[in-house]
Amino acid sequence: MSAAINWFWFASPQTFFPLAGRIARACWVLAALLALAGLYVGFFVAPTDAQQGEAYRIIFIHVPAAWMSMFLYVVMALWAALGLAFNTRLSSMMASAIAPTGALFTFLALWTGALWGRPTWGAYWVWDARLTSELILLFLYLGFMALQAAIDDPRRADRAGALLAIVGVVNVPIIYYSVVWWNTLHQGASVSLTRAPSMAATMLAGMLLMVLAFWLYSIAASLTRLRCIIRERE
Amino acid sequence: MIAAARCILRRDLLLALRRRGDVATALLFFVIVASLFPLGVGAEPEQLRAIAPGVIWVAALLSSLLSLARLFADDHADGTLEQMLLGAAPLGVIVAAKLLAHWLVAGLPLVAIAPLLALQYGLPAPLYGTLALSLLLGTPVLSLIGAIGAALTLGLRGGGVLLALLVLPLYVPVLVFGAGSLDMAAAGLAPQGQLQLLAALLVVSAAFAPWAIAAALRISTE
Repeated sequence: MSAAINWFWFASPQTFFPLAGRIARACWVLAALLALAGLYVGFFVAPTDAQQGEAYRIIFIHVPAAWMSMFLYVVMALWAALGLAFNTRLSSMMASAIAPTGALFTFLALWTGALWGRPTWGAYWVWDARLTSELILLFLYLGFMALQAAIDDPRRADRAGALLAIVGVVNVPIIYYSVVWWNTLHQGASVSLTRAPSMAATMLAGMLLMVLAFWLYSIAASLTRLRCIIRERE
Repeated sequence: MIAAARCILRRDLLLALRRRGDVATALLFFVIVASLFPLGVGAEPEQLRAIAPGVIWVAALLSSLLSLARLFADDHADGTLEQMLLGAAPLGVIVAAKLLAHWLVAGLPLVAIAPLLALQYGLPAPLYGTLALSLLLGTPVLSLIGAIGAALTLGLRGGGVLLALLVLPLYVPVLVFGAGSLDMAAAGLAPQGQLQLLAALLVVSAAFAPWAIAAALRISTE
């Protein structure tokens, strides 16, 4: 019973505010350390790829960013839905705090993908299913943020954003599969995103380090933004 | 409940009949957008035939956006919407009736006029059936999904542009399956698979969208 009471204790913005600061500080430090370690492994330890040369090293940023972009949308929708269902202010604030970080990672994934595609495929952009669905994901994030920005009343902004995020999260798989089918319908598999199946252990280690760093960065950035939102509203 | 739905349907159709200009504007927009593409990309018949499905469908998407912006705005302005929210009839049913009326005046005319555009683009005659059927299945989905956005952006500044930003990404599956069915038919394949997927989208959105729209209206008007 005491555990349950503790959880609800931190559901209030006022009591969560100092805790968020402590968690955010720890996460900033850990994220920086892990990113340094990950980048070191990625750029100096991991071997050069046999097929793609040095250009492949962008995956140390690209793959974790792409994972986080999709994962953060689901997390955002979850917080938004919690806020809508239980009418807790903190959950809705959490959703609006996550959105810019998610949009940032989506943009980063597209950007690094373009930089990787130029030397590897010979084009910055191809209408591949994954690229297209990532682009639409960016539009969904931007729509969520634009809707919240357009509404002056924070309570209405929270609830409207929550509904949009839930509709979006239901649609994401439908959009993804429609784009996959569209792609296979229009053109053959001229470009495949699947890389060499075997990956050197150091490559994997570097990538996992970067994934952890991005996770911690997301937590730190979201909580820092959450503190700003709490200050602004309460 | 049925009586309320019938009443709303009658009222909205009557209102649309009294203001025929609104209906004609969206329809004209559809025709103009589709007519601009040949001026931009050149008039080679082969090329026009290749881009026709996409152009007609994108024009339908944009035209549906244009008419959706007005869907709840007038009722919101004159207080009718508040009465609907307070009334005894379930809001989801009222919304469904409003959407049916909206589709009858904004979606069905697109289906009717699409063969004219197909003629402009030199699509072969056997494709007209597929075009009409895909629009018949797809345009109600556009109304259903778009109305969620229309309800969320009700009374906001810059609502029209915001509506486009919210709704267009969600329209992607309809565009893909709608234009895809025409591409299949043009390539001599059976378009049934794509049309069935469109029908599935229609069933799912018809089941869930009215309740999401009702929730969005409650959020926007409280």
